[in-house]
Amino acid sequence: MAKFSIRELDIWFHQVHALSQASLEIESNEILSIIGPSRSGKTTFLRMLNRLNELERGFRMSGKVEMDAKDIMTEDRELIRKKVGMVFALPLPLPLSIFDNVAYGPRMHGVKSKKKLEEITEDTLKKAYLWDEVKDRLRVSAFKLSGGQQQRLCIARTLAVSPQVVLFDEPCSGLDPISTAKVEEAMLKLKENYTIVLVTNNVKQAARVGDKTAFFLSGELIEMGDTQKIFTAPKDKRTEDYISGKFG
Amino acid sequence: MRKIKELILEKLIFICGIASIFFVVLIFLFLLKEGFALFKTVLPADFLFGRKWYPISEPAQLGILPLILGSLLVTFGAALISIPIGVASAIYIAEVAPAKSKEILKAGIELLAAIPSVVLGFIGMVTLVPWVKKLFHLPTGLTALSGSIMLAFMAMPTIVSIAEDALYSVPKTYKEGALALGATHWQAIWRVMLPAASSGILAAVMLGIGRVIGETMAVMMITGNAAVMPTSILQPVRTLTATIAAEMGEAVVGSEHYFALFAIGIVLFVISFAVNVGADLFLHKKR
Repeated sequence: MAKFSIRELDIWFHQVHALSQASLEIESNEILSIIGPSRSGKTTFLRMLNRLNELERGFRMSGKVEMDAKDIMTEDRELIRKKVGMVFALPLPLPLSIFDNVAYGPRMHGVKSKKKLEEITEDTLKKAYLWDEVKDRLRVSAFKLSGGQQQRLCIARTLAVSPQVVLFDEPCSGLDPISTAKVEEAMLKLKENYTIVLVTNNVKQAARVGDKTAFFLSGELIEMGDTQKIFTAPKDKRTEDYISGKFG
Repeated sequence: MRKIKELILEKLIFICGIASIFFVVLIFLFLLKEGFALFKTVLPADFLFGRKWYPISEPAQLGILPLILGSLLVTFGAALISIPIGVASAIYIAEVAPAKSKEILKAGIELLAAIPSVVLGFIGMVTLVPWVKKLFHLPTGLTALSGSIMLAFMAMPTIVSIAEDALYSVPKTYKEGALALGATHWQAIWRVMLPAASSGILAAVMLGIGRVIGETMAVMMITGNAAVMPTSILQPVRTLTATIAAEMGEAVVGSEHYFALFAIGIVLFVISFAVNVGADLFLHKKR
């Protein structure tokens, strides 16, 4: 069954029409990559799924976003954000130790037992492919880690509140190729247990990790389908142009 | 021709720039010279820790401990009132208030800063002082508490506007990061925004307190000016600043009393310098 079902979604910020008439389904345990040039509405779409858009002034929407067949706008906002985790473009470690960074979310949601927190930390750091690199120095400040490690720490922190969906907003835009490969490896592993939506500026990354790919342009969903298909036989001329680098 | 013009301008700006530093140094040297003259006849320890301030008795007793304690008491009281209210209203303005009321509130806070201190003192004298007297059944309402409340109003604009700036300049991504983990708005403020803005907020508090310590007019009008060792906040006290302001006109130039007032100036200078340096350190810690 589809994890998310989005129907005729329109989003405005003041007078700017950021997204128009987007309808699509996101399946469980798959990676959906979203590609498109800047200002195409892809990040707006992503931030709709965990209701971060409504923090902006002048936000208006119409249409429906359903998660597990329930309208997310009528559900509890904090619960939705707990279920739908997000990894941002820039790694954002808090000025705390590695351990405290990961334990931050669970603590906030009321987990107190030290043993339980340690379990969560080990488990999520393993899932984020970071455990082996940091297991001997969990008490060290998170700022001591490299950019790629910090980003994987942020993945672990997101996983620590046990979400069902993980949103990635251009997670590798500031990383070198080796760190990027590690983050991608983590994503591929994560889809076994989570639904993943990845917004990326890197078309090749979409091709490497996405099961499905969606192409946004000027606030419209142009085309969506199996990654294989989008990249070999796109239906729309504009998709083909973008993928082959003719514009954007 | 243009070169000469350039040169003249450059020198002119240089002189202006140096002048301000020059005058500060002159003032400082004068203060030191006049102040330290006191210590030829009075021991520094007797001056700082003496419990009696009778500058015109014979022989004069020049212990400023009651004045220091008076200043600290009033300042501490003002801090106790203004910090929680100031920081809370900064949080409200930065995070909670809708756009429209935010503008009005900010303008209001700035207006509060524009009230001359003598006017605040005057208003305090006719409204606050009788109220304190009645509320606590005191013989007089001119107390440390009245001074603290009035000074809290003076520290507030500084604290609110600088703390609000500090909160506003916390990267948006920090807050979003917390919210994306399922934090409530309040959890995000309490656990992410406040810690991230802590150095700026501390600086705001320090600058607010710095203003309170140096304030003269309002405290002179409403704290009662009794140079005795304070035992409670419901009692008249006298501050360092009020002492200088009240007695400088009467002190005989070159007398012990006169030098003592300059020495008080040095003590005040040291205190506010320390507060300002502290604030500066906090302000630049994270930038």
